[in-house]
Amino acid sequence: MANAAIANGEPTRPNYGSISRDRTWALRWSYFFLVLFAIFFLMPPVYMLITSLKTSAEISAATNPWWISNPTLQNYIDLLSQNQFLVFFRNSAIVSICVVILTMLISVIAAFALARMKFWGSATLATGVFLTYLIPETLLFIPLFKMFAWVNEVFDVQLMNHWWTMIILYPTLTVPFATWIMIGYFASIPKELDEAALIDGATWMQTLTKIFIPVALPGIIAATIFTFTVAWAQFLYPLAFTTSTSELVLPVGIITTLIKGDVFNWGQIMTGALLGAAPPLIIYAFLMDYYIAGLTAGATKG
Amino acid sequence: MADIAARNPAGHPTQQRSGLHKLMQRKSTIAFLMALPLILLITILVAYPAGYAVYLATLNKGMTRFVGFGNFEFLFGRDTFWLVVYQSCLFAITAVIFKAIIGFVVAHFVHNIPAKGQRKWRGMLLVPWVIPPAMSTLAWLWLFDPSYSALNWLLAIMGFEGIPWTGEAGWARFSVILVNVWIGSPFFMIMYLAALKSVPEQLYEAASIDGATWWQRIWYVTLPMMRNIIAITALFSLIVTFANFDIVRVLTAGGPLNSTHIFGTWAFRVGIEGGDIPLGAAVSLFMVPILAVAATFILRDITKRGSEV
Repeated sequence: MANAAIANGEPTRPNYGSISRDRTWALRWSYFFLVLFAIFFLMPPVYMLITSLKTSAEISAATNPWWISNPTLQNYIDLLSQNQFLVFFRNSAIVSICVVILTMLISVIAAFALARMKFWGSATLATGVFLTYLIPETLLFIPLFKMFAWVNEVFDVQLMNHWWTMIILYPTLTVPFATWIMIGYFASIPKELDEAALIDGATWMQTLTKIFIPVALPGIIAATIFTFTVAWAQFLYPLAFTTSTSELVLPVGIITTLIKGDVFNWGQIMTGALLGAAPPLIIYAFLMDYYIAGLTAGATKG
Repeated sequence: MADIAARNPAGHPTQQRSGLHKLMQRKSTIAFLMALPLILLITILVAYPAGYAVYLATLNKGMTRFVGFGNFEFLFGRDTFWLVVYQSCLFAITAVIFKAIIGFVVAHFVHNIPAKGQRKWRGMLLVPWVIPPAMSTLAWLWLFDPSYSALNWLLAIMGFEGIPWTGEAGWARFSVILVNVWIGSPFFMIMYLAALKSVPEQLYEAASIDGATWWQRIWYVTLPMMRNIIAITALFSLIVTFANFDIVRVLTAGGPLNSTHIFGTWAFRVGIEGGDIPLGAAVSLFMVPILAVAATFILRDITKRGSEV
C-alpha cells in the first residue's frame, strides 16, 4: 500500500499564477536543504571511504583530513589477507544466512496460521508477537547469560563463547518482526483465493506454498532483507556471549581486535567498518523499494 | 502460552454440526502446530528470560541468597544510578524529538521535488539507517577523535575553536545524541514521507485558495492528517532509543566519568563486566516502565485501527 503510494508520485498540475511562482521557490529551497541534509547523512560513510584509502603516515600527518594525496589499497590488502578478519566475515555470513532461513521458516508458517487458520488464542498470540517485538535485547541479555550457565550445568552443553549460539539467539529479534510483517501481508490477501483452493482439495500446506507465498512474495523479500540486516548488525549479544577471537562476528571482531589499547590503526578500522557495512548496503542498493515497503509496513500495518 | 495447548481441543465452540466441528478441530490443531515453533521461541527465549530477570534482580551478588528489594535499595543510594536515569531520559527524549523534527522537515523537502527525482534522494538519505550502527558509530568516533578530528579541522577553517566531542561530559552527551539522531532520522523521514503521500492534494489546494500561508497549511492540514503516524513512529523510536546500546558503547563506553551511560550500557558494565548479574538485571528492569507505557499506547492505536477496518 505505502509502496504504491510512494511510487505513484504527484499528479501533474496546471499553472495557477502565484501558486506556481511560490512552487518554483519552494522547489529551489527544497533542493538547497536536501543537499545540506545529504551532506550530513553521507559524511560518515564518505569519511570512512576516504580514511580507508590512506596510508597510516598520511593519517597521522596533520594535513587536510578530507583529501587523499596518495590513494592506496594497502589497508584492504592487509585486512583481507588477515586470517582473523576472514574468520569474522565467515562467522557473520554463516550466522546471518542461517538466521534468515530459520526466521523465514518459522515466521511465514506461523504468520499463515495466525492470519488465516484462527485457533484458540491466536488473536492473543498475534498481540504477544507484537509485544515481543517491542522487548529490547538490552533487557534479555543478562537473564540469558545466567540461563546459558544453567544449560551448561544441567545438559553439559556449552553455549557460551560459540558463534553458533548466535543462530539460536538472533531469531528472538528477527522472528517477531518478520511474523508481524507477514501477518499484515497475508491478511491483505482476499479470502476467496484460499477458499477456492480449499474447495479444490488443496491441503493447508499446499494453500500456503502454492498461493500465499507467491502472492505475498514482496512481503517475504522485505522480511528477508530486514532479517539479514538485523542479524548482520547485531552487536550486544555477540559482545556479551563470545570472547575468543575465532568465535567473533564481524562488528564485534572489528571493534575488539582492531582497537588495541591506545594504538588506533584508523586506516584499518575504517576499512573493516566499511567492509562490515558493505553487505547490507549492497543488498539495499539493489532491493531498495522492497526495503522501504517493509519499513513502512512494519509500523503501519496491523 | 502452555494453556493454549492444554485447552486447545476442548476450547472450541461446539455449536456446529459434528462433521464440520471435527474439521474445525483438525484445522485448529494444524494451525497450532504451525505456530508451535514461534510459541516455543517466544516462551523460552523471550518470555522466560524476561520473567527470570525479575527473579534474578532479587538475589545477592553470588546468586545464593534472596535479598528482596536489596539490589534496588542499593541502586537508589548510588549517585551513578541517578546519573544513568537522568542521562537515559535526556538521551531518549531529546533524540526522539530531534529525529522527529529532522525527519518531518526532510520528508517535506523530498515531497516537494518532482516525483521522478524522489526515489534517488530517498535512497541516498536512508543510508545511515542501513549501515550497522556499530560500524557507523566507529566512523563518528573517528570524526570525533581528540587529536585528528576531521570535524574540528572544518571548524578551525571556519575560525572556530575545536570541540572536545567525547572528552567532556556536556559535549559527550551531545555527541551520543547527535549520532543517534543521524542514524534514526532517516526512519522518521521514510515514515512521514509515506504519510505525506496519503494526504489528499485537494486539501492543500483548498487551503491555498483560502489564503493559508505555508505554516497554516502544515499546522491545519498536514499535522492533523499525519497525527497517527507521527505518534506511532515516535513511540516506536522512543522504545528503541531508550533501550539503545551500540552507539553509547562504541562512542564513549559510558565515559567520561559515567556521564553518558544509559540503562543498557550500564547494565552491561555492572552485570557482565562487573560480574554482578543480579544488580545488572535490576538496572535493566528500570527500562520496563517506559517500555510498558509506550507499548500500551502503540497497542491501543493498532487495535483502534484494526476495529475501524
